Amino acid sequence: MIGTYNTADVLHALPEVFLAVTAILVLILSFSTPKRRGWMETLSVIAVVGAATLVIRDAIPLFRPDGSPVSVFSGMYLVDKFAVFFKMIFLLATLLVILMAVDYLPLVGIPVGEFYAILLFSTMGMMFIASGGNLLSLYLGLETMSISLYILCGFIKRDRKSNEAALKYLLMGAFSSGVILYGIALLYGLTGTLGIKEIAVAVASRDLSNPALLLAMVMLTAGFGFKIAAVPFHMYVPDVYEGAPTAVTAFLAVASEAAGVAALLRVFLGAIPHIQVNWTILFWILSALTMTIGNVVAMSQDNIKRMLAYSSIAHIGYVLIGFVAGTKMGISAVLLYVLVYAFMTAGAFAMVILLRTETVAGDLIDDFAGLSRVNPPAAFAMLIFLLSLTGIPPTAGFVGKFYLFSAAVDTGSWGIVLVLIAVINTAISLFYYMRVAMVMYMHEAPAALTLSSSRPLYVSLAFAVLGTLVIGVYPGPFLELAQASILGLGR
Amino acid sequence: MSGPTFPLLSLVTFLPLVGAILLLFLRREQEKLVRMLSLVVTGVTFIITLVLPLSFDFRSGEMQFVEKVPWIPTMGVTYFMGMDGISLWLVCLTALLSPIAVLCSWEAITDRIKEYHIFLLLLHTGMMGVFLALDFFLFYVFWEVVLVPMYFLIGIWGHPARRLYAAIKFFLYTLFGSVVMLVGILAVYFHAGKVAGKYTFDVLELMKVSYPWSSSLWSFQNLVWLAFFLSFAIKVPMFPFHTWLPDAHTEAPTAGSVILAGVLLKMGSYGFVRFSLPMFPEATRYFVPFMVTLSIIAIIYGAMVCLVQQDMKRLIAFSSVSHMGFVMLGMFALNMQGLQGSILQMVNHGLSTGALFLIVGLIYDRIHSRMIADMGGLSSVMPLYATLFAITMFSSIGLPGLNGFIGELLILVGAFNVDWRWAAFAVSGIVLGAAYMLWLFQRTMFGTVVHEHNRGLSDLNFREAMTLIPLVILFFWIGVYPVPFLRAMEPSVAKVVARLEAARKVVEGPAPLPVPERVARSSRGDPR
Repeated sequence: MIGTYNTADVLHALPEVFLAVTAILVLILSFSTPKRRGWMETLSVIAVVGAATLVIRDAIPLFRPDGSPVSVFSGMYLVDKFAVFFKMIFLLATLLVILMAVDYLPLVGIPVGEFYAILLFSTMGMMFIASGGNLLSLYLGLETMSISLYILCGFIKRDRKSNEAALKYLLMGAFSSGVILYGIALLYGLTGTLGIKEIAVAVASRDLSNPALLLAMVMLTAGFGFKIAAVPFHMYVPDVYEGAPTAVTAFLAVASEAAGVAALLRVFLGAIPHIQVNWTILFWILSALTMTIGNVVAMSQDNIKRMLAYSSIAHIGYVLIGFVAGTKMGISAVLLYVLVYAFMTAGAFAMVILLRTETVAGDLIDDFAGLSRVNPPAAFAMLIFLLSLTGIPPTAGFVGKFYLFSAAVDTGSWGIVLVLIAVINTAISLFYYMRVAMVMYMHEAPAALTLSSSRPLYVSLAFAVLGTLVIGVYPGPFLELAQASILGLGR
Repeated sequence: MSGPTFPLLSLVTFLPLVGAILLLFLRREQEKLVRMLSLVVTGVTFIITLVLPLSFDFRSGEMQFVEKVPWIPTMGVTYFMGMDGISLWLVCLTALLSPIAVLCSWEAITDRIKEYHIFLLLLHTGMMGVFLALDFFLFYVFWEVVLVPMYFLIGIWGHPARRLYAAIKFFLYTLFGSVVMLVGILAVYFHAGKVAGKYTFDVLELMKVSYPWSSSLWSFQNLVWLAFFLSFAIKVPMFPFHTWLPDAHTEAPTAGSVILAGVLLKMGSYGFVRFSLPMFPEATRYFVPFMVTLSIIAIIYGAMVCLVQQDMKRLIAFSSVSHMGFVMLGMFALNMQGLQGSILQMVNHGLSTGALFLIVGLIYDRIHSRMIADMGGLSSVMPLYATLFAITMFSSIGLPGLNGFIGELLILVGAFNVDWRWAAFAVSGIVLGAAYMLWLFQRTMFGTVVHEHNRGLSDLNFREAMTLIPLVILFFWIGVYPVPFLRAMEPSVAKVVARLEAARKVVEGPAPLPVPERVARSSRGDPR
């Protein structure tokens, strides 16, 4: 695996390097001047924006007509449109989460500096996943992300639920990482390489019905199933989402799910596309189960974080529709949906944080009662997110779902059956999303309902609303971006 | 195709949206201003809408006032608006009922006035868009957009007892239907794209493609037709899908009921005429027995349920089931008279049932009860009210000289031309209709005043009368001189009928059945 090392390679990984360096700076700053409010937040925002700028700088040549993907560090690290697309989603999610967290962290007693540093490390891990051209580098990215997330989940030290969340997530996460590693080992044993492209070539020339290959596929499915929280690997999700600090929950729901999807696409479509027939069946079942169980169980939740946890499970089910379709359209639909999902889910969690004050935990659906009277714009924003999550136009959620459904309908009768299952699920989801709307608009506030007055939080809310509406009303450019970013993945 | 270059249709569609956005900037204490602004916006929209029939080319069956702009080029989605004789009067109906809805809420709505009017205006935009959109994507967007404000109108301002239940039931039913339709739309999109080599959601383009049909239920065209059917039938609502309607209508505030009955139900029947009939003519013919059976059940069942209602609003809600059964029966006669009658009856039902809900609302505002038993003898207390109620009732029954008669007559003629038994069943529905309406009128208006405090009720004031009088004028106009209404839709309807006639040969086969051709057809219609 030791290829020629080229110093210029590092330049391509500059976004990650920048992120890591700034994260360390944040950490140092938090030790040296812990009292200076605002510095670490600002620096974190600079880290994200700077990394995004560097990603875009790297992306510009790619989007030229003659632009071709760059592969550095002996194929370990790829700079292609796919990576750029996902990195932008991660950075977007991180930015929204930082804005949400600014006034939330002191409220729940989380040490500010460590939080942002670890958050940025986690983002860096995700970016390595998106760029992973080799199963090893991809796995390292996955672990960097996950280990940071375990810590983030348990950051409210005195809170038992937060501790429970961290422990559960750690145990489940470690287990699933092990399963993934087992799958990778099997693939390595079969093909003698860890490079994703090389594996595909090697697999193509071998016996496709080799049980070891299928076992590897099943292992990877299970492992990534844990990471993206597909049923039946979802058991930890509700507890973790509920117990984790809300800002972290938002990060889990948006960024880490997106990273899981990125890894899934890289590995399955990159390394083992030749046995697509086999894993398509597997994921068809997973998709149907995931959306149905996610939605059905979400109906009976009283805690909004738990409800959103189940709803995020359901949305992974929708995302898998595009993955099952496996066509170019299907994969670009997955990409678009992940983007759309980032805006609307981040927004919904920002709303939960908005309700968090010194006295009220604000994580029950009933805590939203009377919001439309107290703060009509906030209620309206939440309504937009809820409609988008249901998939009602003119919101981004509709466009995403529409495109996913299109891709599946195009693949024929099994795709249509899956879409019909999704249709029934959409109706189910309407019920619990609209329950929140009902509570906001049709129930009276019990007593004086106070809201967080955090400016950055409002900024992130506004940003999420804007994203949800713009993609909903004028989806053309985003669609084209998603279509351009699949780089030949998919049939 | 050439119309004025000015985007008139977009103007009437989005003007209410602009109004809603303006309302956002008003303070919620400025109640009077909010009401005035809403009235002005809906009123101006109505006046601008009147330009449409005045500059409409009555001889053309083509789309007029067309606007077409690319929207999502990669998917073949366009912003495509246009109007023909089928949508013309429904658009006018929508524009007319909106200011009336604002007027009738003037005193009835006292809580959260600003939000209420914002939702009303959003609803207005959605409804206009549904009737004007000629791109499936755009149509679907408007179709769904309508649901949200209506959900809130019922849920927030409805009758407290059961409004939440009614609101979510309405939303769930219609959403489920429409998402199934979305799958149908996508199936059509991909099929047509593969056949024609060009992927587009343009309805007119998609109509040029013929979709594979065979006499098997599982043929492509039949399945897609069923997907559309589910959505439209829930909206109409047709017989087994009607259960959301009594709840929604009864619990909604007056304006909500008026809009629901007046416009939202027509979205379903309009969908059938606009899309299902011309796009899937073979499947339409195939399902005629099915549709006619459901329609006749709706006519008779709806009317019989009306006979036992204690609640005046619920009675009128069920009468809608019966009347929409007529609309569907006339439509599925699939001939000129039936279709024209059906479309005219959509307008008529919007006017007369809208008026009936206004009438219930007016009395509810006074006695805070909808129970028939709490009324009685009101004609002596409120003579003007009783007079307008009487005219509306006769319009609803279909008395000659009023609008209902023309529509029902055309529908009966159309149905009779196909099968006399259909007409016979339908007539029994008319008789039952007369029975429950007259009985309702008798119980509420005549006899002795049941409650002492009912003696002190005031008659209609100017504003209240003005909500009803425009409708009453139209009852007479359509009843006495329906020619312009029918002539405007004639060329467009003729086109639909021509397509359906062409399909007759395919479905029923030419007189001597050439066997080989049939075999060839059924083997081709393989649903993917």
